[in-house]
Amino acid sequence: MSFDLTTIWAFVIAFAVLTYVVLDGFDLGLGILFATERRRRDRDVMMNSVAPVWDGNETWLVLGGGGLFAAFPLAYSIILPALYAPLVAMLLALILRGVSFEFRWKAQGGRWIWDAAFIAGSTIASFMQGVALGALLQGITVDKAARAYAGGWWDWFTPFSAFVGLAVVVGYALLGATWLVSKTTGDLQERMRRRAWFLGLATVGFIAAVSLWSPFLQDGYFYRWFEGTHILWAAGVAALVAGLNWALFHALHVHRHDHWPFRAALGLFVVSFIGLGLTMYPYIIPTEITIYEAAAPRASQVFMLVGAGVLIPVILAYTAYAYYVFRGKIDEDTGYH
Amino acid sequence: MPRCRFEAGGRGRRGELSNPNRAPRPQIPIRDIGFDARTTRDQTERVMFDTIDAVLLARIQFAFTVSFHFLFPAFTIGLASFLAVLNALWLWSGKQKYLDLFRYWVKIFALAFAMGVVSGIVMSYQFGTNWSVFSDKAGPVIGAPMAYEVLSAFFLEAGFLGIMLFGRDRVGPGLHMAATAMVAFGTFLSAFWILSVNSWMHTPAGFAIDPETQQFVPTDFWQVIFNPSFPYRLAHTVTAAYLTTAFIVGGVGAFHLLRHRRRGEHPTPATRTMFSMAMWMAAIVAPVQIFLGDLHGLNTLEHQPAKVMAMEGHYESHPEGAPLYLFGIPNDAEQRLDYAFGIPKLSSLILKHDLDAPLAGLDTIPDEDQPPVGIVFWSFRVMVALGFAMLGLGLWSLWARWRGRLYDMPWLHRAAVTMGPSGLIAVLAGWITTEVGRQPFTVYGLLRTADSAAPLEAPAVGASLIAFIVVYFAVFGAGTYYILRLMAHSPSSREPRLKDSSEGPVRAAGLTPGRQGHQPGE
Ligand code: HDD
Ligand code: HEM
Ligand code: HEM
Repeated sequence: MSFDLTTIWAFVIAFAVLTYVVLDGFDLGLGILFATERRRRDRDVMMNSVAPVWDGNETWLVLGGGGLFAAFPLAYSIILPALYAPLVAMLLALILRGVSFEFRWKAQGGRWIWDAAFIAGSTIASFMQGVALGALLQGITVDKAARAYAGGWWDWFTPFSAFVGLAVVVGYALLGATWLVSKTTGDLQERMRRRAWFLGLATVGFIAAVSLWSPFLQDGYFYRWFEGTHILWAAGVAALVAGLNWALFHALHVHRHDHWPFRAALGLFVVSFIGLGLTMYPYIIPTEITIYEAAAPRASQVFMLVGAGVLIPVILAYTAYAYYVFRGKIDEDTGYH
Repeated sequence: MPRCRFEAGGRGRRGELSNPNRAPRPQIPIRDIGFDARTTRDQTERVMFDTIDAVLLARIQFAFTVSFHFLFPAFTIGLASFLAVLNALWLWSGKQKYLDLFRYWVKIFALAFAMGVVSGIVMSYQFGTNWSVFSDKAGPVIGAPMAYEVLSAFFLEAGFLGIMLFGRDRVGPGLHMAATAMVAFGTFLSAFWILSVNSWMHTPAGFAIDPETQQFVPTDFWQVIFNPSFPYRLAHTVTAAYLTTAFIVGGVGAFHLLRHRRRGEHPTPATRTMFSMAMWMAAIVAPVQIFLGDLHGLNTLEHQPAKVMAMEGHYESHPEGAPLYLFGIPNDAEQRLDYAFGIPKLSSLILKHDLDAPLAGLDTIPDEDQPPVGIVFWSFRVMVALGFAMLGLGLWSLWARWRGRLYDMPWLHRAAVTMGPSGLIAVLAGWITTEVGRQPFTVYGLLRTADSAAPLEAPAVGASLIAFIVVYFAVFGAGTYYILRLMAHSPSSREPRLKDSSEGPVRAAGLTPGRQGHQPGE
């Protein structure tokens, strides 16, 4: 594997998507968990724990999409029409939950509307992201000569994609629960601890099920994971996932630690994401289009790499600073009213 | 990882094309390729889809979502700068009224900004979902400036917004000021990059066409970014955003001046200051905007003459000086302007600075390359009329100021309230002129709108269009209502902060640092 520009760009996009998934993952997950907390005060605390950072989190989604457009325009122009319905649904859901952060405090009688919009928006957006992933993994019909998507507008919908959608909802909820364990205290934190353990088990179950299912979707996947010495890789990844799950349990209930559960949950996502990358590489649209076929010309790659190389570290630095400014527990007693 | 075999299809060719050591390809003159673009239309076989319907629906959807989106940036670009100025004035002078105004407007800003962000995310995905052929072809060129927009502008705004809104106590006044300035700067950068991209679609430059993939490939990014219409569009649009904000702020100020007067109260210093600041902006910036608009028009005449013909309603050529039509009903079918009323030769004077200069009309443009005249003609007149109305209000305010009656002239205040939303309308009218005037192309002269669309079936686009309309009206309608409600209460002295205002915090006001001694990463 040589580190040519195209590979570097594949890593940059993958990094943006992974960062999006873990960052927006926890605030979408928190929105899903909103449904389980009925007390207004708990909801206020939950929302305030992400309010100063959600906008930045969501910007990684724009970078993922915009980066794909710039670095792999062919992939962008095939994948997006193929996933038309789930993406439009995701965008509308993101609108609903994004404005809820602001509108909730402004509505006088109608607060419940924005609470509902927040829950529905977060859940639907998460589900649709999973559906999109599932649809991409199971394969997209491409007309290579026309450089275009050649399937219908319901192709994305299969049992597998719906299953991955559920997996992402559960996984995000796990991230949200562990985030809240680290940001809250008292009863709310206690409830989140219990939910996190349950959600952790469910997430690992989903990871296992998706990993066992996907090799049967496309020939290449099966070969990649189960044939010859590759099975060792698969075993290694499985062991890592099990280990992280064990760490999650210990951090939650044995050590009753505040911050390690979140880190263990992040670990689960990072490992799954790497597994996903290994499954797909070097395809960007599995078994149809490789990253090399989809790549933008060298001049574009170079021009953008200069900017990305300088700006991404700067972004990471000030994002970290913003998280640092708003560090610590949310105090339930500091009401606003 | 064995079996990672792939074909490097087409890579060699493209690598070659952009090899810096090779002489750059001569740039193909636009007119020449225009012809080419027309033939590729048949080559790109997409007959299996009902393209006409799907394309029309996609256009409506794009126009609808981008118009909604743009309303928010038009307001927040100016408001972000206004807030930075207010905060600087407060730090510098220590006068309470500036802090009051900052706290008053920052709540409105937070709402408008959130709506701008969520509607913008839709835009960045819509290129791919609805205009995928366009994305594949133009991505190598405009993808890069759009990626720069995300990296340099969106992250900057998002990263510092939280600190700007809630961090005053946490980071101290200096860093808080810096964060506020960063957000304002971010909104400007965002306008810079997206307008560069948009201008490239109007006046493409710095590219070649890859014979194999039919993609536009960059030959010179400097030319791509600073393409011929970009400086004009940037200046005119950013100025438009400032004017939009000035008239909204002025309208709100005037509304409260009138209300205080009706109740027999003295207006608060904050109310007076905001009205005065807004009227200074109107008086100074409105004439600048008209001047910039004129320059922009001359530039358009050079690069997109058909658009100017549509704006002017010039169906026929005028060899001996063209009239400036003030009124008329464009009739595309008959190719003439019905009930035309105009001033002879004035158009030649404005556009060519010569009463008798000949001006070509749409009769010189093939039918299939003409934009729809009606929309362009009228939207242009709406914008220009509003521009002159803004100038009028600015002059009136100067006169009132000179007479010492700025805060004491109900008719002036009524006019200012009426003109409150004028910037938003002018901005939309301007964009409609620009975008419809570019038709029937997405990349002017090179790529037709009908050839840009994604291979989607009409029912899919129809369903999404309905969903967008329903959600946008519900959500942004509610948001507008909340903004109006905030505007309806007058900026009191000692305006409550976000944190303890009766509306509750907009964002995480309740975070207190490490109360229980928890530190991150412990
Ligand atoms: C407050 C907003 C506002 C006001 C008062 C005006 N404009 Fe404008 N105009 C815009 C906001 C705008 C805009 C939204 O910013 C546009 C759309 C795209 C662009 O480049 O700027 C625009 C476009 C635009 C164009 C089209 C350029 C092109 O597409 O190539 C022309 C010729 C003018 N304007 C000219 C004028 C003139 C002569 C005005 C004076 C009376 C004027 N504008 C007032
Ligand atoms: C980078 C910025 C922009 C890009 C790339 C862009 C691109 C496009 C494209 C692809 C279309 C569809 C083709 C068509 O039917 O016209 C379009 C149409 C349109 N755009 Fe833009 N646009 C941009 C900014 C804006 C903004 C900010 C506005 C106004 C608020 C605007 C107003 C419109 C309108 C009104 C149409 C419909 C024109 C018609 O139906 O004929 N555009 N634009
Ligand atoms: C079709 C064209 C457009 C696209 C695809 C687009 C894309 C976007 C996206 C993705 C965002 C959200 C970024 C975030 O997460 O913070 C955004 C916000 C923004 N856009 Fe656009 N945009 C378009 C047109 C324009 C134009 C023409 C301007 C300015 C002249 C503009 C100025 C802004 C600004 C200032 C913001 C920040 C949010 C706000 O102030 O409300 N956009 N845009």
